[in-house]
Amino acid sequence: MSKELWKGNEAIAEAAVRAGLQAYFGYPITPQTELLEYLSRRMPDLGRVFVQAESEVAAINMVYGAACTGVRVMTSSSSPGMSLMQEGLSYIAGSEVPCVLVDMMRGGPGLGNIAPGQADYFQLVKGGGHGDYHSIVLAPASVQEAVTLTYTAFDLAEKHRAIVIIAADGNIGQMMEPVIMPPMREIVTGDGGWQLTGARGREHRVIASIGLEPEQLEAINFRLQARYAAIQASEVRYAELDTDDADILIVAFGSAARIAHSAIREARARGIRVGLLRPITLWPFPSARIAELTKRISRVLVVEMNAGQMVEDVRLAVGSQASVDFFGRLGGFVPMPDEILGQIAAIAARSPAAAPAGAGDLTGFQKPIRSWQA
Amino acid sequence: MLPLTEFSSNGHTSPDLLSGLTVAYERPRALRPVVTHYCPGCTHGVIHRLVAEVIDELGIREQTVGVASVGCSVFAYNYFDCDFAEAAHGRAPAMATGIKRVLPDHVVFTYQGDGDLASIGMAEIVHAATRGEKITVVFVNNGVYGMTGGQMAPTTVPGMKTTSSQLGRDVTKMGYPVRVSEMLSTLDGAAYIVRRSVHDPAHINRTKKALRTAFQAQLAGLGFSMVEILSACPVNWDLTPQAALQYIKDTMMPYFPLGDYKVVEAVKGLT
Repeated sequence: MSKELWKGNEAIAEAAVRAGLQAYFGYPITPQTELLEYLSRRMPDLGRVFVQAESEVAAINMVYGAACTGVRVMTSSSSPGMSLMQEGLSYIAGSEVPCVLVDMMRGGPGLGNIAPGQADYFQLVKGGGHGDYHSIVLAPASVQEAVTLTYTAFDLAEKHRAIVIIAADGNIGQMMEPVIMPPMREIVTGDGGWQLTGARGREHRVIASIGLEPEQLEAINFRLQARYAAIQASEVRYAELDTDDADILIVAFGSAARIAHSAIREARARGIRVGLLRPITLWPFPSARIAELTKRISRVLVVEMNAGQMVEDVRLAVGSQASVDFFGRLGGFVPMPDEILGQIAAIAARSPAAAPAGAGDLTGFQKPIRSWQA
Repeated sequence: MLPLTEFSSNGHTSPDLLSGLTVAYERPRALRPVVTHYCPGCTHGVIHRLVAEVIDELGIREQTVGVASVGCSVFAYNYFDCDFAEAAHGRAPAMATGIKRVLPDHVVFTYQGDGDLASIGMAEIVHAATRGEKITVVFVNNGVYGMTGGQMAPTTVPGMKTTSSQLGRDVTKMGYPVRVSEMLSTLDGAAYIVRRSVHDPAHINRTKKALRTAFQAQLAGLGFSMVEILSACPVNWDLTPQAALQYIKDTMMPYFPLGDYKVVEAVKGLT
């Protein structure tokens, strides 16, 4: 298999096709529209279903319908569109049918802008819609990783009868990178005892998210929570860099983590030992690993392209074991490595353990041009 | 004293007592032998039965997937003996689109009330119709939000008192009722759009015939089909069941005329 240059949105679309995507329903919104455009050609060519819906509300409910039949189904959108899909996601979660979503996150709130952002963390990770539910949230940091995660997302969704969301910031969708595409998979059909396929020679089946009696609804909720506990026990993914000897730990996901990586190289060149933990699953969150690392590492810096959302989960994981600083850029700004280096330097300066002798004057990095510190 | 008819748990009469008799009227196979939650005098039960009879007669029960909506018909999935999904409020046509597109050889129908279809779900029904989705919509119009206790609906006739238009619907402030069949009939994707009523036996028979045609249009792949049915809600109209049927005839039908609003040529050939 050779490397090919792919644009993120199109690469994700092709990865989904190769994973056996049977139906796609979507609505145009920047910066994910190339995904919809690509599938508008690709799906009909393969005799598979493509529908451009009248809204994100309709798109997610088309996904819901198709998911009830057990096919591999996906939609994609960007932040304002994801807001519109939250109702549908709550119903899908309550009905326990599998599906995959792609959120190519942009700046918010409101109409915001079309520049990359990470401010959908709360919406995607904490539920977003009504009721107690979770989606599995995967955060790629490169086009290749977006491809790999999309390819496996359908298996994850089916294994747990859950929603899987690829949460990428707009950078990932818009940039081109070399990618090794996975092979085309056969479409597998089977009956798990719940799919709606017509009651031929069997009892009728119902897929609903209703439980009128509290006893009934509590039982459904217990079942969902057991499902989520199983996901938390088995599906946590993260990547680590230079954590072995680190005095400062950066926690960042997606594009922010890549930029932090550059800052870490710079910091290490100056003698400051910084490591990176990059959550790949935002839910389930790698809390246990962060707790483990911060038994030894006493300084944590969380970098996000938002006003401080994942940092709450980091603080919960860390407890009082370490200090947690936050650095974020808002409104579609992508942080510069120097800005992150400035934060690292500031933390090192107030921490004797982390500030190396002879590191030189670090004050020049301590004041980023514009930032928000939660 | 021996009871005249003894019902077993499946709703069928005991064979012993039926010897020598022929069955003139029985529960359709596509209806489950359960007690419904519908109020006395409500015509949802009649409409359920008509849909089930048509499913039986066309022999499509095992290939049919229904989509229930939010409102009084939310529990339709408990009453029909075919596969069923339960949609979010107003979204049944989108959900049905998803099902039908991946199961094109199956029969997919939605069963929706007027609050669901003509208010919160207006976008979904219009676009399902204009895309020509090969689904059948059973649209039960009783001019009121029944499940939530009788609030004004998009189809509440001018002057009608509801719990949220307590002095009567004032069209200068609350706007006018929506005539859905007329509106959807302007769309090219619609193959069969008619309005019927169930206020008396003759109209019930016509409604059944229309439902049959609507499902046949879907089976023939001709496009979107919908039967709007004027239906009684005596409890929320504050009328007796009989007076409610009269209300359909005297008050609803003048505003929502019965008729065939869209019947494409190919549908006319169906029998």
